[in-house]
Amino acid sequence: WKAALAAEAAGDVDVERVLIQLQDETGEVLGSPFDVPLDISPDKLQLVCNALLQKEEPVPYLFFVKDAEVVSSLGSCVQELGLETEQVLPVVYQPQAVFRVRAVARCTSSLEGHTEAVISVAFSPTGKYLASGSGDTTVRFWDLSTETPHHTARGHTHWVLSIAWSPDGKKLASGCKNSQIFLWDPITGSQIGKTLTGHTKWITWLCWEPLHLNPECRYLASTSKDCSIRIWDTVLGRCDKILTSHTQSVTCVKWGGDGLLYTSSQDRTVKVWRAKDGVQCRTLQGHAHWVNTLALSTDYVLRTGAFEPATATINPQDLTGSCMCQHLQMNNYYTLLGEGHERLVSGSDDFTMFLWNPAEEKKPVARLTGHQALVNEVLFSPDTRLIASASFDKSIKIWDGKTGKYLTSLRGHVGPVYQVAWSADSRLLVSGSSDSTLKVWDIKKGKLNADLPGHADEIFAVDWSPDGQRVASGGKDKCLRM
Amino acid sequence: DHHERKRKKESREVHERSHKARKMIGLKAKLYHKQRHAEKIQMKKTIKMHEQRKSKQKDDDKTPEGAVPAYLLDREGQSRAKVLSNMIKQKRKEKAGKWEVPLPKVRAQGETEVLKVIRTGKRQKKAWKRMVTKVCFVGDGFTRKPPKYERFIRPMGLRFKKAHVTHPELKATFCLPILGVKKNPSSSLYTTLGVITKGTVIEVNVSELGLVTQGGKVIWGKYAQVTNNPENDGCINAVLLV
Repeated sequence: WKAALAAEAAGDVDVERVLIQLQDETGEVLGSPFDVPLDISPDKLQLVCNALLQKEEPVPYLFFVKDAEVVSSLGSCVQELGLETEQVLPVVYQPQAVFRVRAVARCTSSLEGHTEAVISVAFSPTGKYLASGSGDTTVRFWDLSTETPHHTARGHTHWVLSIAWSPDGKKLASGCKNSQIFLWDPITGSQIGKTLTGHTKWITWLCWEPLHLNPECRYLASTSKDCSIRIWDTVLGRCDKILTSHTQSVTCVKWGGDGLLYTSSQDRTVKVWRAKDGVQCRTLQGHAHWVNTLALSTDYVLRTGAFEPATATINPQDLTGSCMCQHLQMNNYYTLLGEGHERLVSGSDDFTMFLWNPAEEKKPVARLTGHQALVNEVLFSPDTRLIASASFDKSIKIWDGKTGKYLTSLRGHVGPVYQVAWSADSRLLVSGSSDSTLKVWDIKKGKLNADLPGHADEIFAVDWSPDGQRVASGGKDKCLRM
Repeated sequence: DHHERKRKKESREVHERSHKARKMIGLKAKLYHKQRHAEKIQMKKTIKMHEQRKSKQKDDDKTPEGAVPAYLLDREGQSRAKVLSNMIKQKRKEKAGKWEVPLPKVRAQGETEVLKVIRTGKRQKKAWKRMVTKVCFVGDGFTRKPPKYERFIRPMGLRFKKAHVTHPELKATFCLPILGVKKNPSSSLYTTLGVITKGTVIEVNVSELGLVTQGGKVIWGKYAQVTNNPENDGCINAVLLV
């Protein structure tokens, strides 16, 4: 490749040359500085990078000079920034996902069956099963290959407020407004084990323990309006620990990959607990109103577990072999984490979000302001580089995942945006709002990719399957659309 | 055996009360019956309440409608129906506010009060003519219809050209010529006839006041509302609507 560059250089002598130093995101340098013509394009830079890294398969990269992306050629970027060409220019490269998810464009089916509004929708970690909880107290399982109903799980006595798949995809936990938790088997649609009772008010969120900490998928954390968090042992069917410290309703819980539990509450705090002994480690304060939602940078990896999106096929398969799963999951987890720690974003009713490094310190890394109404949901992109926040001010804002810097706003909805979901390759974002439309946004361009109308009423829940093939949405009009 | 006796006495009390109520006569009985009636009503009410509680439990089993996800549960957003009614309320207010006058409500004058029947014909049997008994305004170029065909007679004595108009802020009164009758609150018939009663909105010539618009134009006509009964006083007193 050096010879190729030299040949090019020999061709046009007039073109300016500049010294660049390739660095990765953490600042580690790759090779030594070398000089390239100023009009080099990102494709050629990619070839160079791949050659230097000696990868077997070429990986696509994005290049940044001082946080400005190199789009057409290095020269134009340098000109815009007004940098000197005498010095060595640091060029940061970012690997992109090898696979590419196509944007969803049409509604393949509308699955009816629920007799009341659909409140929560979730794909299983492999993308094989789809479960939806609704106000008619049932949880329904849907067969994705034929897009028809598979099972109806009856047992709850009130609205099913939250559902959560276990990381191995073999169990589904659902919590209802009467503070009961049921466990279901997706293959037969029947209940596994006992009903977990103990909370006194409705269940707001459910979260399983990550696969790499325990391959059996035994422990489940649930939060409720009664200000407590309970850790349940699903094998024995009883409550293992009760964590009480919040003074108002707990809105969200996330189980981190290093055994820490993060909970957010309406008492304006986020608390960090050690899952092993239930001891509270830290309280993160700073919000001025209810904290509605939490997002961990490793959320996606913990959810999909050992499933590799690149190996997805049209027919999703089950996960087999728990030991292997555990290893795969651990590998995925640690590669994603890289050098740093898990980051946490909390969105609140005070129109702002905080970016925390909860394992290290009490002070937030950054405060993300800009929304004009309460923030309903925040989500890290699967590659943890971006944060998307959906708010009641009809816009979605994209922020940088490491520093919390504001990147762009996605406007288009005419009603409060309730939920968002990232595609597996972090290039697309789908959002559902109360104006009954779903919008697919292209993050690279910062623009709308596709508008998906069709729902008759507000959309309460949106999910993108981990293999990137389908998006499911459900809402007040009682029907689920794929 | 105190407890046994007490229990038995209490159970006998009911019968004794009933016996008393039946046998009592006179004023004492009246008072006693009244008291007993009130007690019985109270008892019936409590029994009904207890019964209601039993039946209410059945309704609680049904899951209520209006399922919302967890993030919307603690929020009391205005439902769409409420928003619509707010809009209607606002529209009504706007409509009502168009004519904000000093006398918003006046007594409506009936036809018998305002119009007097005039009998005509050889035998004074025909009764199709009417005479206006209130003060009225006829324009400058007014010419009567041929008297034989005139249905409404407006007597010259009751025709006025000028009104005493008070400026509400300046508290000064001017005698201004009337330009026309804008609206009589009792009936649109009176408006067309030009009948002026209390509460009528009239248009007056205010060029005497020397008012000028922002664009520099001279204002020469403004509305005023009549505040007295002109047929009783012999003059029209009005308040300028600014």
